[in-house]
Amino acid sequence: MVPLHWYLWLGSVVFAIGMFGFLTKRNVIIMLLSIELMLNGVNISLVALSHYMQDLRGQILVFFIIVVAAAEAAIGLAIVIALFRNKATAHVDEITGMKG
Amino acid sequence: MQYYLLIPFLPLGAFFVNLLLGRRVVRGQAHWPSTLAVLGSLAVSVMVLLDVLEGRTLNEDLYRWILSGDFQVSVGFLIDQLTAVMLIVVTSVSFLVHVYSIGYMHGDPGYYRFYAYLSLFTFSMLMLVMANNFLQLYFGWEAVGLCSYLLIGFWYQKRSASDAGKKAFIVNRFGDFGFGLGVIMVFLTFGTLYYLPVFDNAGDLAARSINILGLEVNLITLIALLLFCGAVGKSAQIPLHVWLPDAMEGPTPVSALIHAATMVTAGVFMVARLNPLFSLSPAAMDVVALVGGVTALFAATIALVQNDIKRVIAYSTISQLGYMFMACGVGAFAAGIFHLYTHAYFKALLFLCAGSVMHAMGGEVDMQRMGGLRRYMPVTYVTMLIASLSISGLPGLAGFFSKDEILFRAYSAGGVGVVVWVLGTVSALLTAFYSFRLVFLTFHGGFRGTEEQRHHLHESPKVMTVPLMLLCAGAIAAGWVGIPPLLGGGGQFSEFLAPVLGHPEAEASHAEEWMTMGLSVLVAAGGVLLALLFYLRNPEIPVRLAERFRPLYSLLWNKYYVDELYDAVVVRPTIFVARNVIVGFTDGALIEGVVNGLPGLVGWLGARVRRIQDGLLQHYGAVMALGLFLIFAIALITLS
Amino acid sequence: MVELFFGYLAGAVVVLSLLVVFSRNAVHSVLWMLLMFLHMAGLYLLLNAEFLAATQVIVYAGAILVLFLFVIMLLNITEEMRLEQFTVGWPMGVSVSLGVLIAMLAALSGFRTDLKGPWSIEAVERTTHTKALGKVLYTEYMLPFEIASLVLLVAIVGAVYLAKKRLR
Repeated sequence: MVPLHWYLWLGSVVFAIGMFGFLTKRNVIIMLLSIELMLNGVNISLVALSHYMQDLRGQILVFFIIVVAAAEAAIGLAIVIALFRNKATAHVDEITGMKG
Repeated sequence: MQYYLLIPFLPLGAFFVNLLLGRRVVRGQAHWPSTLAVLGSLAVSVMVLLDVLEGRTLNEDLYRWILSGDFQVSVGFLIDQLTAVMLIVVTSVSFLVHVYSIGYMHGDPGYYRFYAYLSLFTFSMLMLVMANNFLQLYFGWEAVGLCSYLLIGFWYQKRSASDAGKKAFIVNRFGDFGFGLGVIMVFLTFGTLYYLPVFDNAGDLAARSINILGLEVNLITLIALLLFCGAVGKSAQIPLHVWLPDAMEGPTPVSALIHAATMVTAGVFMVARLNPLFSLSPAAMDVVALVGGVTALFAATIALVQNDIKRVIAYSTISQLGYMFMACGVGAFAAGIFHLYTHAYFKALLFLCAGSVMHAMGGEVDMQRMGGLRRYMPVTYVTMLIASLSISGLPGLAGFFSKDEILFRAYSAGGVGVVVWVLGTVSALLTAFYSFRLVFLTFHGGFRGTEEQRHHLHESPKVMTVPLMLLCAGAIAAGWVGIPPLLGGGGQFSEFLAPVLGHPEAEASHAEEWMTMGLSVLVAAGGVLLALLFYLRNPEIPVRLAERFRPLYSLLWNKYYVDELYDAVVVRPTIFVARNVIVGFTDGALIEGVVNGLPGLVGWLGARVRRIQDGLLQHYGAVMALGLFLIFAIALITLS
Repeated sequence: MVELFFGYLAGAVVVLSLLVVFSRNAVHSVLWMLLMFLHMAGLYLLLNAEFLAATQVIVYAGAILVLFLFVIMLLNITEEMRLEQFTVGWPMGVSVSLGVLIAMLAALSGFRTDLKGPWSIEAVERTTHTKALGKVLYTEYMLPFEIASLVLLVAIVGAVYLAKKRLR
């Protein structure tokens, strides 16, 4: 029997790797992929907790997270396309229109 | 008797209709809502008068307005004999002025605005006279002041008109300050602002005095004098009379309605309404009588030499208001209200006739450029002549009965009364003189204006002359309800008002009554004949007199230099202080320092903090991650 | 035996995640991601969540990643390969994510798992996983479920609007 903590550690590690990717990569598409990684880190923790606490609500939450991830990916990529069309770049450090 | 509510609220409704729909929808038809509303008010007022004649009075609260501890004020209505008379006066004159304005204001770009203000004014004045407590009285008081400001400055493009509006408002403020203090004193003393409990308890306090700055002052006298300050301002008595002549900058119907017939009489109404308070203080009564008497003479002398047709009538108004205060001051409140009531008709008539003349003359107000107009405008001439006879006191006309009543009551009161009787009788002479000087200069002799003006001379349209004729009927017959017993009448007017205003005790014989009456008729006739001599028979006399008594003439011509005095004593120092202390130091250094300093600080801070917003998405993400880190850290610390 | 499977799957997930982040070629990233998703689905199977495992493969691998691949076609891969792939601020990223990782690992011990719900492993197996999930989803979570459909609708409209060619 695998202890719950192993799953949670795994989730944390995947989440941290995703966060690292989000904070350091220049390519916006890879940043979006990193967000998916972070979401997966959360998902595995939720499924594990749901399993060990014998409650299906965690899995329901995962279900909704997948929905939101799909929506987010669609919108995010649409933004990338719009951005690419207007700025001809997918590098996040070249997009500083919000600089105060 | 609930229908009495229609009286003030019909004009209020018309005001809102014209205010909201005037510019786009009603436009040139703006007179319909206002005129119909005031006609409705007039009809209801007549019904209320009939009710009151049958002895039914009313005092009830409509709506509780303010409730704060012991302080309670309601919107409430008191309808008794005095209110009923005032309602008839206000609504009837207002209605005729509304009709007259259809012709006079025709085609003015602010037509709807004019009618909206007229309706608001009518509403305010009706709220004032129907109030059953001091605060509602004060509300109406200030509201008519506001309307007066709006209507005097109606042609606001004209510098002099907007200045006159401001002057009226500010001068009234001086009086209203005292009035406000008086209302506060009433509350502090009686703990209520309703008329009836105040009147009931006033007697117990007659002897009480309070200490102000080391001076023992009788409490009731203090309250009465403070309230009288408001009356002095609103009714243009010395020393706050300066606004009324300038108020002639407004459209003439406004002068007729507000500055002759109704608003300025609010002061007289207030003194009469509060007669139980005033009667308790002989000192305050003497002040009222003297201020009235002196004002009557003072304004009449100025009116002798003015050439502006409206200003002559304006000073005449001040003078006649002086008569009313004279009557109140000697305890003959009913006589004061009687004169208020008759004066409303003949003075409104005088103003509307003047407006008719100006209409024909293309806005000319200088009587030296008129003359001989009777051939061109017979209706205006006849009505104006009757109004002048009425104000001069020709026996049988309205002004005769009321003025005679006042003079007789003043004489019979003794003491100060005799002094004001002398003042009033001299004023009666002057009144007759300047009234007929106006008539002779305007309507008789040869025309002295330009050819162009002569070409344009015409009688005014029906919509203007019919109100003149109706008012003329009032100027003739209004006095017939108060014919004194001496002349075979019943003195019904005083009897009718007696439940509210009390019976003045007359301690004079019939012989003395005949004497005062005869004397006033005599001086009136003398004034008319003098005017006839001066301005028709021998026009060099006034010129020669003016040469001979140069200093006196210029003193009168310059209205005793009161405006100049106020300018030097009040206006200039105020402007000096405002410019140097308020603007220079308080506003410039203090307030602007704070006002500019705070945004400066924020701007300085913002310029530095702004660098956080570098537009790099990942820095924002890092801050979010830091937040996450903090949440975990806090969870760790608190949960473990 | 189960521990062995878990060890393999967990190790693969971690290594594949790192490969996703560190690949120079974006297409490779997406392909590593695909593999990572498959291993994640395996982990879901270990946790008796077979419906979610299927969803993971169908939605994530089948739909979302294909979308990513389409967009990557916009990029000039060969030129992209020669450019610096990390921002200049990478040390900050490393330290922040390491800090969060440590905080999370430290906080994990605070979880309490003694409150058990009604869906024991046996209960789920008796009703089958899909049916059990459906029961909870369509009763207790009916309203959020409907809202989720709205979110998707909005996302579709938004994506179409954002990505369409501007007609002038």
